[in-house]
Amino acid sequence: MREFTGTGVSPGVGVGRVRVMTGTVPVPPAEPFTGDRVAETARALAALEDVARELESRAAAAGGETHDVLAAQALMARDPDLAGEVTVGVSAGLSAARAVYESFGFYRELLGGSGAYISARVADLDDVRDRTVARLMAFAVPGVPDADDEHYVLITQDLAPADLALLDPERCVAFVTEEGGPIGHTAILARAMGIPAIVACAGALEVPDGAYVLADGASGTLVLDPDPARIERARAAEKARAEAVGSAAGPGRTKDGWSVPLLANVGGPKDIQPALDNGAEGVGLFRSEYLFLDEAVPPSEEQQIAAYRAVLEAFPRVVVRVLDAGADKPLSFLPPAAVEPNPALGERGLRLLRRHPDVLRGQLRALAKAAEGLPADRLRVMAPMVTDAEEARVFTRACREAGIQQAGIMIEVPAAAVRAHDIAEEVDFFSLGTNDLAQYVFAVDRQVSSLTRLQNPWRPALLDLMAHAAKAATEAGKGCGVCGEAAADPVMACVLAGLGVTSLSMSSPSLPLVRAALAAHTYAECQEAARAARAARTAGAARAAARSALPALETLGL
Amino acid sequence: MAERHVRVESHVGLHSRPAAEFVKAAAQAPMEVTIGRFAEVPVNAKSILGVLALDARTGEQLRLCAEGDGAEEVLDSLCAIFTEANASNASSELAGAGVAEQDLAEPNA
Repeated sequence: MREFTGTGVSPGVGVGRVRVMTGTVPVPPAEPFTGDRVAETARALAALEDVARELESRAAAAGGETHDVLAAQALMARDPDLAGEVTVGVSAGLSAARAVYESFGFYRELLGGSGAYISARVADLDDVRDRTVARLMAFAVPGVPDADDEHYVLITQDLAPADLALLDPERCVAFVTEEGGPIGHTAILARAMGIPAIVACAGALEVPDGAYVLADGASGTLVLDPDPARIERARAAEKARAEAVGSAAGPGRTKDGWSVPLLANVGGPKDIQPALDNGAEGVGLFRSEYLFLDEAVPPSEEQQIAAYRAVLEAFPRVVVRVLDAGADKPLSFLPPAAVEPNPALGERGLRLLRRHPDVLRGQLRALAKAAEGLPADRLRVMAPMVTDAEEARVFTRACREAGIQQAGIMIEVPAAAVRAHDIAEEVDFFSLGTNDLAQYVFAVDRQVSSLTRLQNPWRPALLDLMAHAAKAATEAGKGCGVCGEAAADPVMACVLAGLGVTSLSMSSPSLPLVRAALAAHTYAECQEAARAARAARTAGAARAAARSALPALETLGL
Repeated sequence: MAERHVRVESHVGLHSRPAAEFVKAAAQAPMEVTIGRFAEVPVNAKSILGVLALDARTGEQLRLCAEGDGAEEVLDSLCAIFTEANASNASSELAGAGVAEQDLAEPNA
């Protein structure tokens, strides 16, 4: 029973025979073409047109998000400038396949150098190239194999949306890719189609075609030759999780009553209802920038007040993060000073707001007005991307001037975590932003999907930093919450409670399982899990150590 | 030469669906149509790859140009597509009544 671990991106359990989709298209040789160049050009253009038509017909059959992706790919295949490049290439003596390959390469470079949003499109472009080149070289177009009627688990290097759209969820019970990341098109579409999926699963392609496997899209594990007991366990776990989710209720606390409020991450008033439905005790992260991504000019104070008020009236405590723009979330009315070679390390968060102090002051004024007449401690405001005590002081002073009583900061920059004791004197609370803190402490760009495996919150270095910040907050008598995705992992949530974190904020659907995990363990067990995890040397060992200190996980299907 | 100025209002910029819809509409035009920033070399408006590589962000102003019979009408219809594509993306209840298309004063050229 060999096991492989990746990132589970679409939950559910799939058991069946493996169908491996290999099909890497060879690079066409660069040797000179000696035949009829006019006919060769026609052949190249016809292949592009064929691919465009094929993608269009798949788009029509797919609908929804998949349709949009495939239709855009068809447009790429039919791009007149690309056709021009190909024609020039063949006239210069290249074969049709080579000319196509080189022309796509030209655009690949152009797009790869643009923003993260378009860079994600490079995978789509590569897929169009491979389909065209395969056609021209009479090579089998890489694609989903014809599987017989039985249930199968698809294993592949990466899965293009065009291929994913062909999968029949009745027969393809799960898919596993060696590459890819949780934010790619493939992961998003898999969830939409309800197919269990694991991405970034190293070694998965070593599993031979026809092998019998179990793929668990919740835990991200692929098990080769699972015995019936293992399958039974996975299915039982799935069922137990569903039951735990259904039965957990009440405020977040450990079995022995240690209180850890469970809060929701929201982007605006539309997220209030799901948060209430999942029993959120408040909002731990209101991403205020999400209200304004559509705006070309700074939103008026009246617009802001209405949105803040709606959320403030719905919950007894609300932490609002002031506009966190920059890097992957540019706001046109908050431009950085210059084009940045590395936006994640550039002007973003509080750094950007200090360049636009009127926007910050306006937002703080709107927040204070929105909270008028409500209990004084209901509104808490925090700043993103704070590096040191001086910046924290500037922000706290701005909040006080606006009449806001609770001012805090996010701990995302490693320097802020290391010197948390300095900062604790300047603010009323901390919130650990685990995603960015991990990005910066591991030096791993969140946008680079091939590095997803390094972006692991269980790495002891991150646990140490979080423990350090939580301790500094406790010693200063201040709160220290967590509002990153790590809080949504029920096992990690227990560890965080044990590290001294005072509240956990996550996307609403994750709340019930975290509530169940906390309620099943004592505070001492959480502390022991935290200690055991920090004593480990690797992320995997840390997680395993924490799990073995939390005895009730098994019964919860975790 | 006919010319129009448009502003990118969609929160995803001129990418994704807005870009695809714009290029599809431009491809119908009988003449060459270009799109680009002021003071930069424009790209072929019928090329999705060119338009994506422009990487036009929210709030940016772009210039559309076409020449020949019917150029004015072609650009008018493109501006309309541009506005519709953007409008369908402005999903937030807070999206204000931003000006999606501006016919700025005659360029000084």
